Amino acid sequence: MTTDQAKEKGKALILPLAVLLAFEAWARATHLQSDSLAPPSEIILALAGAFADFSILTATRDTLFSAFAGLAIGTVIGLALGIAFGISDTLNRLMEVTVEAIRPIPSIALLPIALIALGFGYRMEIVIVAFACVWPILILSRAAVRSIEPRLMEVSRALRLPAAQRVWKIIIPAALPRIFVAFRLSAGIALIVAVTVEIAINPLGLGAGIMLAQQALRPDLMLAYLVWIGVIGYALNILLVVAQHRLFGRAALSGDSA
Amino acid sequence: MANAAKRFEVIPGQPRPQIAFTEVTLQLGGKTIIENLSLGVRAGEFLCVVGASGCGKTTALRLAAGLYQPTSGRVDFDGQLMLHPRREIAIVFQDYGKALLPWRTAAGNVSLALEAGGMPSAERPARIEELLRTVGLPGHAGKYPAEMSGGMQQRLQIARCLAQEPKTLLMDEPFGALDAMTRQGLQDEVLALVAASGATVIFVTHDLDEAIYLGDRVIGLLPHPGRIGIELAVNLPRPRDQLSTREHPEFLRLRRQLFDFIKATEQ
Repeated sequence: MTTDQAKEKGKALILPLAVLLAFEAWARATHLQSDSLAPPSEIILALAGAFADFSILTATRDTLFSAFAGLAIGTVIGLALGIAFGISDTLNRLMEVTVEAIRPIPSIALLPIALIALGFGYRMEIVIVAFACVWPILILSRAAVRSIEPRLMEVSRALRLPAAQRVWKIIIPAALPRIFVAFRLSAGIALIVAVTVEIAINPLGLGAGIMLAQQALRPDLMLAYLVWIGVIGYALNILLVVAQHRLFGRAALSGDSA
Repeated sequence: MANAAKRFEVIPGQPRPQIAFTEVTLQLGGKTIIENLSLGVRAGEFLCVVGASGCGKTTALRLAAGLYQPTSGRVDFDGQLMLHPRREIAIVFQDYGKALLPWRTAAGNVSLALEAGGMPSAERPARIEELLRTVGLPGHAGKYPAEMSGGMQQRLQIARCLAQEPKTLLMDEPFGALDAMTRQGLQDEVLALVAASGATVIFVTHDLDEAIYLGDRVIGLLPHPGRIGIELAVNLPRPRDQLSTREHPEFLRLRRQLFDFIKATEQ
């Protein structure tokens, strides 16, 4: 990063910091008493407290475990289907109605069924996260496979590459930069869905932590959880962006805004 | 013209053509791209195909590669009906940038053809090095296509095609996107490679001088739909030379004839 870019990033921080300081000042001046708001200083203290007694770390572990397990399962299923549909027009036409009928179902609407079938705990949450992650991976990897340079497919035909080698040596590497963008998108979705399931019903992880703080009338702790979830989401995205640049370099730049 | 079209048919005492188009018609999306094309290419012949853009010369090449199937008529290779691409036929595409795998190094790209042919991995490195040396790319094995110039990328594509050990090399305006100096160098290298391997070549180009310089025979196609309009035997001595061949009276005569033909088709 050049110093100019660092300066730009620094400038972008000025406004949020000013808002926080103003809010802090206002909360102190008015001796804020609220069930939903807390001054930034108290939020920071609550966050530190939650770290000190490991409660937020345990919750983070539970949420990330469910989110990543669901993401992994959803990615494998979505990728297999997306590549198959991308290669075979016949298969795609056969399945299109089914896919378009199931895809709009909000993953959280599966909650009652998943709860009856699997009960509380990781399994139910993982299934719902996986369901949510399948679709973006499927749709984007299908599009990625279809947009592979036709010349490459002609090359593989002219070389008489067997079908398995064609998938492994041409299709997957050619589509990989775009598939990784889909993976990044799904990673964000996985975190959102996992926390949502926890807030709605599952008594574990960061979502349950927010609910507990709310019921205990601790707005500072509730907001501390919120801030922490934001930090995790931000860190996850940065991690994946760095990985993307390392793995694919310039080929992946087009997916930056995703 | 009818006599010329039938010439490829097996005549006692004459070898069977390696590639034979018999009354080939190809329609794509309701449009007739090629109509009633009959053509025979002898083993070891260097055939150049020229024509105005849109005359179907690239399509004819894809038919010869087995990438397209004719709507009617047939394409035969060594007396066998061509139903799909074959290992003995290699095709060099014009857009080398799209035909190479950007995620593989030069060695990896050549390796793809060897892998497709089922060569054991232990034998590949030596063969790859040999092929890269043949096309003038020794020492570039570890470079990615994006790190190479256009001429080098096209050499690399040729190396990958040679890895197939083709009986026939199909070339689709391979030097069209290269500068004049690079093009002349590669023309001579292709002539040397072909002379050494004895491969049959069908070479599509829009550069009339290039067609005469390289070919044993030049065919000019007429557009809409594509069909043979002119056929010229090139009786210029080999090996050819960029200076003396291009100044040869026969070269100039053929060049004049071909230019007149193309000019007439473009009206």
